[in-house]
Amino acid sequence: MNKQQTQTHPHEPRKTGAQTLAGNLAKFIAPLAIVPLFLTGCAANENPSVLSESQSAGSAALQTISGSGASSQTAAQEAWRAGYSGTVNYDPVGSGAGREAFSSGGAAFAGSDVPFKTEDLKSSFANCEGGIVEVPAYISPIAVAYNLEGVQLKLDAESIAKIFTGKITNWNDEALAELNKGTALPDLKITAVHRSDKSGTTGNFTDYLAQAAPKEWSAGEVEEWPADLNGEAAEKTQGVRETLANTKGAIGYLDASQAGDLGVASVKSGDVFVTPTAEASVKTVGGSSLETGRGSADLAVDLNRTSVSGAYPLVMVSYLIGCEQYKDAATGTAVKAYFEHVISESGQKAAAEHAGSAPLQADAALAEKVAKAVEAMK
Amino acid sequence: MTQLDNQLAIPELQLDVPVVHEDQSVLKAQSRALIKDKVIAALFALAAVAIAIPLISLLWTVVSRGLARIDAEFFTSSMKGVVGAGGGALHAIVGTLEITGLTLLVSVPIGIAAAVFLTEYAAPGSRFASCVRFLVDVMTGIPSIVAGLFAYSLFSLVLGPAYRSGIAAALALSLLMLPVVIRSTEEVLLLVPHDLREAGWALGAEKHTVIWKVVLPAALPGVISGVLNGVARIIGETAPLLLVSGFADAMNYNPLEGRMASLPVYIYTQWQMKGLDAQAYDDRAWSAALVLIAVVAVLALAARLAPRLLKGKK
Amino acid sequence: MRSETLTPQRAGAAAAAFSVVAALAAVLGFLLIQGWPALSAGLGELPSHAENMWQLAGPLVFGSVLVAAIAMLFALPVALGTALYLVFYAPKRVATVLGGALDLLAAVPSVVYGLWGIMVLAPALAGPYAWLNENLGWIPFFAGEASATGRTALTAALVLAVMVLPLTASVIRSALALVPEASIEGAYALGATRWETIKLAALPFARRSIVAGSMLGLGRALGETMAVAMVLSPTPFLIGIKLLTSENPNTVAAYLAQTFPESHGIETSALIALGLALFAITCAVNSLARWITREKTK
Repeated sequence: MNKQQTQTHPHEPRKTGAQTLAGNLAKFIAPLAIVPLFLTGCAANENPSVLSESQSAGSAALQTISGSGASSQTAAQEAWRAGYSGTVNYDPVGSGAGREAFSSGGAAFAGSDVPFKTEDLKSSFANCEGGIVEVPAYISPIAVAYNLEGVQLKLDAESIAKIFTGKITNWNDEALAELNKGTALPDLKITAVHRSDKSGTTGNFTDYLAQAAPKEWSAGEVEEWPADLNGEAAEKTQGVRETLANTKGAIGYLDASQAGDLGVASVKSGDVFVTPTAEASVKTVGGSSLETGRGSADLAVDLNRTSVSGAYPLVMVSYLIGCEQYKDAATGTAVKAYFEHVISESGQKAAAEHAGSAPLQADAALAEKVAKAVEAMK
Repeated sequence: MTQLDNQLAIPELQLDVPVVHEDQSVLKAQSRALIKDKVIAALFALAAVAIAIPLISLLWTVVSRGLARIDAEFFTSSMKGVVGAGGGALHAIVGTLEITGLTLLVSVPIGIAAAVFLTEYAAPGSRFASCVRFLVDVMTGIPSIVAGLFAYSLFSLVLGPAYRSGIAAALALSLLMLPVVIRSTEEVLLLVPHDLREAGWALGAEKHTVIWKVVLPAALPGVISGVLNGVARIIGETAPLLLVSGFADAMNYNPLEGRMASLPVYIYTQWQMKGLDAQAYDDRAWSAALVLIAVVAVLALAARLAPRLLKGKK
Repeated sequence: MRSETLTPQRAGAAAAAFSVVAALAAVLGFLLIQGWPALSAGLGELPSHAENMWQLAGPLVFGSVLVAAIAMLFALPVALGTALYLVFYAPKRVATVLGGALDLLAAVPSVVYGLWGIMVLAPALAGPYAWLNENLGWIPFFAGEASATGRTALTAALVLAVMVLPLTASVIRSALALVPEASIEGAYALGATRWETIKLAALPFARRSIVAGSMLGLGRALGETMAVAMVLSPTPFLIGIKLLTSENPNTVAAYLAQTFPESHGIETSALIALGLALFAITCAVNSLARWITREKTK
């Protein structure tokens, strides 16, 4: 190739090098001129006329608002935004960064897998006059999923803890056989898969183990898998899912909606074994008390995963966080309208269909509490 | 063997020896060596075949899974308001084009100018020039994620940690692109025969005129080829974009403000943040991967053909 | 040579050249500024509950070097074989196809390698790993309990090997193409077989480039991010050489990509400091490679 280039020097008379340069460039670039044609058109699904129509038609044109926070809510936020009349941006930067952006005023609202700590509430929030609103908006059951063909597993907290701490290593273990009488469990190595990144899913999973099997699980509630525990690690929900799907005898925890074709274990709750249904999951949230020392619209749930019999204990609660009263009224109106949409029956249903969450309405009392908190927003 | 070694230590002396390729009588006398030769040749060919295995497996995976969403909607829609199946990657394609365009805008002029300095202006043996050459080499090896961290550090210092934009991505990619442009341009400029320059000077032309009107036009096909190769390399970068331009599901034409989707990040996030209808997300991820690989292949092909095409038209 | 007066054009070109120096200085400077606060950070502030930066960085640097070195162990012989085949054996048409294949391998985005690694390669390797572990478990690298998923350090290294192969092969190939025709013809004239010719004339000539090519490949492998992040099953703070188990040391680059998007505050500083360490390591490796090749030309 290089040898050819040496012969390309322009020896032709009456044609300056600059012309050659420009001419060659033009010939080469000409086909690229088609590209801007594509660029001038907007994306077909982002028809601007539709947007302006909805904005002008409504008596209260809603201001565009931006929120940021938990990536666990990404799919649900997609569904909520699709069904909402105004424009909302949601930036899945992570719960911590989302809360930080909200308190510094960088985001009008936040999505977070954990509520603000009570000591953080003393500091002022840039967008707010006074207190904040925190409502459970996205309740997602976490499934203990496994790759064992034709087996419907039953597990209790102790056996789950033992599997994930490496004390139970084979599917034919006696403890598992005891729980699954009548089911033939294979002689197969157990590959326990956990999340390698920091996640609310891991936080809720370990919180469950710490509450329900304190003897077997000593690491407490941690968002990052304890470094001293071995096991297979995978990145994010999809990493876990991919690993489970590709590995016979693997077991892991992930959003129930993402379990797909994998087996999903029934988990012991009280005296019965419960699958991660919407009703059973919301029951856990409804049966838990609220954290004390907070404002009336600050619904931080102190999840009790052991005392509600028949409730599915492995749930993740993700919050929407906003101001009780916004300094900017237009922002307040828009955020309130969005929150109302999110917690409404249709909003919760949309999230359930698209993201596999459990609708709040499965527990009428809880839904009412949440609606009341949002109602108070200004 | 040792005798051969001695002879070959001064290979130039062998110039006058008549060349005898694989003379039959010699080969027969060395049948053992010949067998060894064949075995080794087979081993090398095997190494070459070994390359084909991952390539074929990879291409097969991408093509067979990627065809699912190569449809009109994929190229005309963004992901805004899309729930489940449907939607497209137009916003990511536009983002990639904008970011790549900005990267070229920064790296190509600076890169060519720097290469011109190194070959045309710098005195032979100049310490500054050799220092720059060395640093260009060092720059070639910057991991892409470090380039992303650099862009993040710079912009977050000025505009706060939440700032995400296409221009930050372009800055990170420019850092990766610049050394590629400088090196390839320098190589081509060095191949431009010196008499050409001297002919220009003899006509009384200024040095910069000669560079602009004689040297650069002569080098143009090679320069374009180098730039295209560089683009093929950076257009698939994921890590820096994940850090500084993030992902977005709607069209964002403004590279100065806000998250901007790009094809590589689109692939990653479609795989990573699935909704309930996982297959729809997987299909989009693989289709985007197919598009990206096709673009890269076309660029690489264009880089090979550019010199021939440009020359042929004269 | 014309007299070197300081014209605006010359100054402009010099400024462009200087921008390389400025850019690298800026990279160093900004990473230092942003990463500095993490050096004194302690427990509770750092990501992964690390007690200090050293506890965080040490195992990651180890992991990076381990995985990259193993990748080169696979990539170098194949790259060398391919380069030799291309230059000395392959018919022209085969060489063109093979060259194209190498270009394509080099250009496949790393996120696509990641998808391929986790969906195709890792599951395919789980079986062979179990066999290796069973039969060759006495070798420390193959000890421990074989991973059933195949998402091990060895798989990550294999993906990296495929990714850096084209770079290493092309460096070696360019060097081999420069072997003086006279040496080769001379060796043939003496009745040497093709292999003897390569061994006596080509390899000694290209020796430095082979070393340099592998160093460059090593540098690339050290910095490779997405593919490793997606494929590897990492365990925090682990330093170990068992390549077939579920517990593997993570690499700096992969850790950065996994942790950065959801980090904030001092955590971000810590990650930038890690990036600085990665920058320093790859710079050292690449400088060494350049130094080796430059020595030759002198």
